[in-house]
Amino acid sequence: MHTFGTFKLAATALLALSGIGAPAPRKLNVVATTPDLAALAREIGGEAITVTALAKPTEDPHFVDPKPSHLITLNRADVLIEGGAELELGWLPPLLDNARNAKIAAGAPGRIVASQGIHMLEVPATFDRSKGDVHSMGNPHFVVDPLDAKIVATGIADHLAQIDPANAAAFRANLKRFSTTVDQKLAEWQKLLEPYRGTKIVTYHKDFVYFAARFNLEIVEELEPKPGIAPSPAHLAKVISTMQATKAHVILVQPYQNRKTAETVARQTGATVLDMPQQPGAIPNTPTYFDVMDHLVRALAGALETKP
Amino acid sequence: MRTLLTAVLLALLGTTAAAQRPDSTRTDSLRQGRGPRGLDSLAAVIRSLQARIDSLAAAGQQPQAPPQPARTSGAYMNIGFDGLADFGWSTEPNVGSLQLGDHDPVVRGFTIPNIELSLDGAVDPYFRGFANIVYKIDPSGETGLELEEAYFLTTSLKWNLQLRGGQFFTEFGRQNPQHPHSWSFVDQPLVLNRMFGPDGLRSQGARLSWLVPTKWYTEAMVSVLNSAGGTTSSFRSDESAEIHGGTPVTRSVDGLTDLLIVPRLAASLDLTATQTLLFGASAAFGPNNSGPGTRTQIYGADVYWKWKSPRAAAGFPFVSWQTEALFRRYDAAQRASAEDPGVTLPEEQLRDRGVYSQLLWGIKPRIVAGLRGDYVSGSPAAFDTELRAERYRVSPNLTWYPTEFSKLRLQYNYDNRKGVGSDHSLWLQFEFILGAHAAHKF
Repeated sequence: MHTFGTFKLAATALLALSGIGAPAPRKLNVVATTPDLAALAREIGGEAITVTALAKPTEDPHFVDPKPSHLITLNRADVLIEGGAELELGWLPPLLDNARNAKIAAGAPGRIVASQGIHMLEVPATFDRSKGDVHSMGNPHFVVDPLDAKIVATGIADHLAQIDPANAAAFRANLKRFSTTVDQKLAEWQKLLEPYRGTKIVTYHKDFVYFAARFNLEIVEELEPKPGIAPSPAHLAKVISTMQATKAHVILVQPYQNRKTAETVARQTGATVLDMPQQPGAIPNTPTYFDVMDHLVRALAGALETKP
Repeated sequence: MRTLLTAVLLALLGTTAAAQRPDSTRTDSLRQGRGPRGLDSLAAVIRSLQARIDSLAAAGQQPQAPPQPARTSGAYMNIGFDGLADFGWSTEPNVGSLQLGDHDPVVRGFTIPNIELSLDGAVDPYFRGFANIVYKIDPSGETGLELEEAYFLTTSLKWNLQLRGGQFFTEFGRQNPQHPHSWSFVDQPLVLNRMFGPDGLRSQGARLSWLVPTKWYTEAMVSVLNSAGGTTSSFRSDESAEIHGGTPVTRSVDGLTDLLIVPRLAASLDLTATQTLLFGASAAFGPNNSGPGTRTQIYGADVYWKWKSPRAAAGFPFVSWQTEALFRRYDAAQRASAEDPGVTLPEEQLRDRGVYSQLLWGIKPRIVAGLRGDYVSGSPAAFDTELRAERYRVSPNLTWYPTEFSKLRLQYNYDNRKGVGSDHSLWLQFEFILGAHAAHKF
């Protein structure tokens, strides 16, 4: 004990002598499973954190390879933000089994589950895989609802403030700024899409349910007959007749979805296939959440403006 | 009816109540959106309410967090059930002499090689627990039961250490620790069968692993295991006569060197954003029971490379290449022949080697084409056995995964056993998974 005390004293003296007052505080190492959650973390953490996303912006977030490099990333993380609602169920558990990092263990302050506090849509009454890859906790694609993004950002700010109290005020200020911007932008986005209230659209997967609910659009069909099940000719025939009957003329696809299938349907219905990547960075110049949402809203408004 | 009630109730409750539960209205408006046309007027009522709610929520009122629904797959334990079934034909009537793995198709017709119950969960904040219980139906129709794995894994040791304890597949190379249902071919690679036996290398013991604090993934592991039993076939196994031809001796455990020691070093780097390389070196050291003081050494090297499209859908398209090469030095004592006790086999060194290499191409979502080559050979010895003779095999296959919970695989094997000749086999494999989502390891 005595030796240790002496050592500490000597170390302090050395530090003082070397002219380094306090060493630059280490930035919190935040890891997010998907780029959209990473973008929200950047809004809140600002300069006080570094952020890494495990999934690529262009790949299917349900099927990410649990690469050894991800294991290293998680091993060194101070904070892990996951979507929750079983989005990452196929690849995150084996990584966490081996990450050996108590900071991001379930229930630790460093573990943020984005779906917590979200009013989940499409929570199944029964669990039955004959209905496709239905997530038992509900549809996990909620970040594209700006009000849900605010809830996620609030959770991130709460956790970051708890882990890094020195920067708590900055996190709260960033949250306030983010929320205010969301409110302003949401009004703008709603105005842009207001003329299309009740308009019928088609998506590839059930990944625009929250978006459609927020902006009062009606999804009449998905190209997938059931979540995660590849489109079949019989189902596509049904989609085509529904689109003709309902005058739906826009099909939303994400970068990893089969655009050719969507184009085939579009050819037969005179519809437009619209690239609607939900992840920041999937297309150039969309590093932030607002860039992505701006793109989604403007691209959709543009496509809906053109009548078939 | 429910929509009507909600709309009326919300109208009566007024602004405050509505603002506190904005999302429930949203759900109902969604449901209504898919409802019959007759409800259009109600939809208008709901839309106006929705607009009010939205503006209130946008004004900064946080929606209340609703209670989270319970998880499906058991509150404290994930339960999975996996069924594998094979159907096929081989030009070799005694299919079991060709297909040596315990989870291979072993008869003309139908084989049920692996029905697996898997359990896992957090024990407490410090441990996770895993178990795999396997049922098999043998060629005579009898059901066999095997406690394949049952182990704990620590979650919070210091210094990046992790301890595993119990009965488990030993981390030697790449495929040995994998369960049959995650293999890319219907049968066990020949070299793994020859070095580790029909069930792979697994035993009771402990494994300590250290995640080395390097920039790239580097993991150092060492397993210490019991060296006896059918699943340690190159060591103190009752079936060791199949390797050396002598009558196995009974050996006691007098020290650490009588246990099986399996060190492994693995490393990985991302070559590009879409390519990953994983490679490792493993060894296994332990006593064998050809004599009272003889030992076995096995060395292995493995490499795995994978490319996956940056726009992967359901994990496709991808290309992967996996290769493992193993070498075994089995010191056999001077021993009495098991077949004819009058014959004495000389003290000798049995050297075996083998390699398999497999290429997989995930052509488009849910379709994988594979090609595997196998080669094994052994040094000449006093005891001549097919289990050490030269052999090669070429296996193209095609797998269709309707979802990640089922698969259908067609595989052709061209086999050439030195001294026996060529054989052709065609196997169809079906798999289904129930329960907990099968998480994929890299």
